[in-house]
Amino acid sequence: MDSLSDTIIDIRGLTFRRGSRTIFDDISLQVPRGKVTAIMGPSGTGKTTLLKLIGGQLKPDAGQILLDNDNIPTLSRSELFIARERMGMLFQSGALFTDMTVFENVAYPIRVHTDLADDMIRDIVLMKLQAVGLRGAAALMPSELSGGMARRVALARAIALDPDIVMYDEPFTGQDPIAMGVLVNLIRRLNQALGHTSIIVSHDITETLGIADYVYVIADGRVIAQGTPQELADVDSDKVRQFMQGLPDGPVPFHYPAADYLQELLKEAQ
Amino acid sequence: MRMRTMEISVGFLMLAGFLALVVLALNISGLSLAGQGGGYKVYARFENIGGLTVRSKVSMSGVQIGEVTNIRIDTDLLMAEVEMTIRDDVDYLSTDSSAQILTSGLLGEQYIGITPGAEDETLQDGDRIRDTQSALVLEELVGKFLFNKVSE
Amino acid sequence: MLDWIQSLGHTGLSRLAAFGRAGQLLVQALVAKPAPVMMFPLLVKQLYFVGVLSLIIIVVSGAFIGMVLGLQGYTILVDYGSEQAVGQMVALSLVRELAPVVTALLFAGRAGSALTAEIGLMKATEQLASFEMIGVDPLRRIIAPRFWAGFISMPILTVIFSVVGVWGGAIVAVEWLGIYDGSFWANMQQAVDFREDVLNGVIKSIVFGFVVTWIAVFEGYDCVPTSEGISQATTRTVVFSSLAVLGLDFILTALMFGEL
Repeated sequence: MDSLSDTIIDIRGLTFRRGSRTIFDDISLQVPRGKVTAIMGPSGTGKTTLLKLIGGQLKPDAGQILLDNDNIPTLSRSELFIARERMGMLFQSGALFTDMTVFENVAYPIRVHTDLADDMIRDIVLMKLQAVGLRGAAALMPSELSGGMARRVALARAIALDPDIVMYDEPFTGQDPIAMGVLVNLIRRLNQALGHTSIIVSHDITETLGIADYVYVIADGRVIAQGTPQELADVDSDKVRQFMQGLPDGPVPFHYPAADYLQELLKEAQ
Repeated sequence: MRMRTMEISVGFLMLAGFLALVVLALNISGLSLAGQGGGYKVYARFENIGGLTVRSKVSMSGVQIGEVTNIRIDTDLLMAEVEMTIRDDVDYLSTDSSAQILTSGLLGEQYIGITPGAEDETLQDGDRIRDTQSALVLEELVGKFLFNKVSE
Repeated sequence: MLDWIQSLGHTGLSRLAAFGRAGQLLVQALVAKPAPVMMFPLLVKQLYFVGVLSLIIIVVSGAFIGMVLGLQGYTILVDYGSEQAVGQMVALSLVRELAPVVTALLFAGRAGSALTAEIGLMKATEQLASFEMIGVDPLRRIIAPRFWAGFISMPILTVIFSVVGVWGGAIVAVEWLGIYDGSFWANMQQAVDFREDVLNGVIKSIVFGFVVTWIAVFEGYDCVPTSEGISQATTRTVVFSSLAVLGLDFILTALMFGEL
């Protein structure tokens, strides 16, 4: 990580358990400022949980999450809300507020955090909606949007306050190829234009690798590989290769652990 | 604009609730706005008050003029003492008025009926009605009737 | 046997924990500073959904219950020759008992379940988490206005229920069964005391409003964010609030009208 010495989020020795299940076991990772960092891994490895930990919605069992110099888990409720003004998050489902129009959804964070006049807010909102190409949909309700459009509106809302960090939770899942292409393009472009740090959590390999500057691969609660997309392609590890190339069987077995098949069949027959 | 219709309808709801409370107060519970609590106290002793309770009505010629506000036992005479509050505007009850415990209907509730007398002086706050007649207790009546039959 | 006792203990403990969380939620939602973005429009909106939209079912049920009371009261009282007392019977049973209890039960079914489902769905679609990330406490933005709306609506709906019910009873008794309307109203006015009966009924409804919305809001906020979890939470809202209303009604009645 020497080449990317300017770190905005520094996670050290993070351990998180849910019940008796250990989701993260003493992991450390750094997110470089102003770049697109991807966190990848098979389903169920707690990638979304990691975003929630960074956002302070969950508390880790051990370890530090430093946002510049603030340790997120030790912040008080009000300090946490201040820290969150610096973050925007795009939820997996979009999470638009269903009782407001598209315009009001994007305006909401601005209204909460600033005392700007209404026409000022209007300009900002229209600008953000223009950036995601949905200025024409400002008057619609979220229920009238397609999945891809909803996610773009959510993206406009996430960047409404020009945050330092934008977190994307599975931005590509369940999107048709066109919507997917639009989103990939948008994330890249917004990152360059606005200069914020992006964290993408995803298991869509090609799309994510196409825009990421740096990639962490997480499996079994640990970071099993990290590096630029080129470096990852050359990693000599069965686990990583299985994930990156989408092989059905490998270190992550196709079969859920079970008793011997033949024996179980015979037992049935007896 | 949708907000406006919402606000109007919520306003109507509030208004309806308030009106309903007023109707409950005036029409259903008969709470009269005028002269609540105003009145003077008069006492009367009875052998037996039967089913008389606090808040039973006190009436004259069938018109309500007050209500029973307290009932206790006079420990010297071992009789029931009833405190009733008579409305202030009823200031013409003479000192020799009599009080009876009556029943509205055969099984109805009991109330005190006041029959005015002939004296010029009127009852004042804290005065006592001397001439009283106790409640008719049905069991006693039946008992007397049977007793009379037997003794004949 | 031991398993059974263990499961009993487990259920008891988890219920107790849920109760603790519910208390926490209540304190945080109510003690929290007023929300930065205007609370009033939110409250109006919730009053509309919870109060105004419940009005029709309240009025219709109130009218029918009053009419049934009038009819039943008449057929019973006519045997004793005291059918004039039907007004007093209708009014007392409505104002003291039926209006607060039936309103609360209808409210739990109509508005409580909707509150739970709405909040549960907001949780499932990450809207609550989204509020948190924007830096708005969802307790203030989502929970508090809904809670206050329920708390305010219930007494209003209850008095409306009472009035409509008495009116329904009067229609049946006076217009239909031919009781002299003077004695109908006079008996009623003499028997019903404003403080003793009307205000106690309103106090009951305030308590019920508090409990039912509390349960509804908590079950939504605490539900497992899946379709199954939301449906279970909605059922729990209706069941728990109905039981709580009936149980509390007995306790309140004993305190208010009993010789305790």
